[in-house]
Amino acid sequence: MKLNRRALLGTAAATAALPLVTRRARAQANSIKIGVLNDMSGPYRDTGGPSSVAAVKMAVEEFGSHGFDVEVINADHQNKPDLGASIAAQWYDRDGVDLIIDVPTSSVALAVAGVAKQKNKLHINVGAATSELTAGACSPSLIHYTYDTYMLAKSTGGATVKAGGDSWYFITADYAFGKQLQSDTTSFVTAAGGKVMGSSAYPFPGTTDFSSFLVQAQASGAKVLGFCNAGADTVNSIKQANEFGINAKMQIAAMLMFITDVHALGLDVAKGLHLTESFYWDLNDRTRAFTKRFVPRSPTNWPNMIHAGDYSGTLHFLKAVAAIGVPAAKQSGAAIAEQMKAMPVDDDAFQGTIRQDGRGMFNSHLFEVKQPAESKAPWDLYKLVQTTPAAEAWRPLADGHCYYVKA
Amino acid sequence: MIMIFGKPLLLLYGQLTLGLINGAFYALLSLGLAIIFGMLNIINFAHGALFMLGAFVAWALLNYLGIGYWPALLLAPIIVGIFGVVLERTLINKLYKLDHLYGLLLTFGCALIIEGLARNAFGSSGMPYTIPAVLSRPLDLGFMMLPAYRAWVVVAAAVVCLATWLVIEKTPLGSTLRAATENAALVQAFGVNVPRMLTLTYGAGAALAAFAGVLAAPIYSVNPNMGSNFIITVFAVVVIGGMGSILGSIVTGFGLGIIEGLTKVYYPQASSTVIFVVMAIVLLARPAGLFGRA
Repeated sequence: MKLNRRALLGTAAATAALPLVTRRARAQANSIKIGVLNDMSGPYRDTGGPSSVAAVKMAVEEFGSHGFDVEVINADHQNKPDLGASIAAQWYDRDGVDLIIDVPTSSVALAVAGVAKQKNKLHINVGAATSELTAGACSPSLIHYTYDTYMLAKSTGGATVKAGGDSWYFITADYAFGKQLQSDTTSFVTAAGGKVMGSSAYPFPGTTDFSSFLVQAQASGAKVLGFCNAGADTVNSIKQANEFGINAKMQIAAMLMFITDVHALGLDVAKGLHLTESFYWDLNDRTRAFTKRFVPRSPTNWPNMIHAGDYSGTLHFLKAVAAIGVPAAKQSGAAIAEQMKAMPVDDDAFQGTIRQDGRGMFNSHLFEVKQPAESKAPWDLYKLVQTTPAAEAWRPLADGHCYYVKA
Repeated sequence: MIMIFGKPLLLLYGQLTLGLINGAFYALLSLGLAIIFGMLNIINFAHGALFMLGAFVAWALLNYLGIGYWPALLLAPIIVGIFGVVLERTLINKLYKLDHLYGLLLTFGCALIIEGLARNAFGSSGMPYTIPAVLSRPLDLGFMMLPAYRAWVVVAAAVVCLATWLVIEKTPLGSTLRAATENAALVQAFGVNVPRMLTLTYGAGAALAAFAGVLAAPIYSVNPNMGSNFIITVFAVVVIGGMGSILGSIVTGFGLGIIEGLTKVYYPQASSTVIFVVMAIVLLARPAGLFGRA
């Protein structure tokens, strides 16, 4: 009896872990279906989550009617690669999904990219960071939209070394994303004549106390402390670095940080930090116009570069579908990606192009977090330090060695 | 410089101190779990959610009512304790006669609901909560600069653990409680209101979790998942210490904090695993736990 109950409990727990995936009958011939796959309940909920779904829906509504219907569904991948891959397979095969968008968490993104490639279906990755998506894991039906580890490393890392921060210690989340970000940053640091004094890789997820790594970082004698992590981990590590007074002795470089994280930290702790995003709501008239329309849909969570990218990616996709027609778009992910690469991206959130290897080519911006006295509103958080133009911001095409790109 | 296994001794001292601080959280949380399991026979999976509620109540008191850290240290446990009492009265007390697993499932469900509601209301990235000004300066321990707040955490946790242990082991109230655990029917025959006692015990366990939550608010991100990060580790602590053993959970809590701290120096990747390795070894050698009665 005991054993039975235990087995039952195991099954119950396993079932609880499965998300509710809405399954509809076969998609109609003249309709397009978009699946938003991201973290709806875990540490990356605010950086993507419901606000990403809202951004995709906003793009669909603004696109309006072009003779075909668009349906948006979503699911929670819980940051588990196996779960992400199985939802992706089900969506593409049985539910008639034509585009999977967002997919934060690099380990899940790599799994979903594999599924999309195998089935020749379109995947626009917005939420994940790893630059592998346009290198070893690239595919003709994959587009990596808003940011990646290379661009973060170049912008934040490059600027820090230039300002005299030539010796580094890394505190890194021990999985695909953290390692990639550390290795990309390391190559910029060493190329600029700097050196890496040491690093600590901590288990992800589940680490909440960073004090031990912070003390080791301080003992290393490095000038710069680089955090190669994201979301709640970044918030925790910066909060604790502040507590240990490390921000007074070492320069802190948050290699990936979103406006949502800065808002969570509060300006008292976050002031003066440098970080890189490819979107900020207060950049220019167009981004402000976008934000004005977006905020009613996500009032407590203002847009970061992921939300803006979901909007822009969806809109660009729909324009491409209108150009080649629904049947062609449904048939081949590579064909629709080809069309997206042929057209310039131009909307209120992003302006640029999609490169041959699937890399979204947009400007990247280095920001400094404002002092509490400078901020006039709850989300008035950044000062623009410098903008890297699209042509220089990203890894050169040849260096990615993407297999289908002709040199 | 003196080196131990390739690491400077001073660095190790620092890591031991930090391990002790994490151990303080483990001890506080596992103490509440041990009391609830010892007295109510309920495996309280909602403990992490109650810990999180403690931190959120402290945040809400500050942001909505302007009540600062020190009063919150008292108020938040009381509020969450009352919530615990309501939870016990309405749901948990229906399960005392059933197998442990029902209690586990119910409290696990409650935890998911509480965390889900908090996520819907506040999102996942968390809220800022600053360290009280008195404790914001670092102390120079010679081998490291220790933030005064962390020292306060250890002291507060140790005092609360000791007080709880004294109440249960050395006072008439505690002896009645222990007697009720052994034989509820007999104690009831002596005119003691056992159900009310169990309710208050659950409330006290919840209050302990909330106290830990308030202590954690200034140093960890105050977010709806903060409890679920701790709860599995804390259960391992309770199992290693011996289910229901109060002294066991306190000693093991501090001890495992130190072991985890050392792992973070030598092989950080394993720091989330080491506690479970210890658990496996202890269960093989002493199935009832270090301080448990077989």
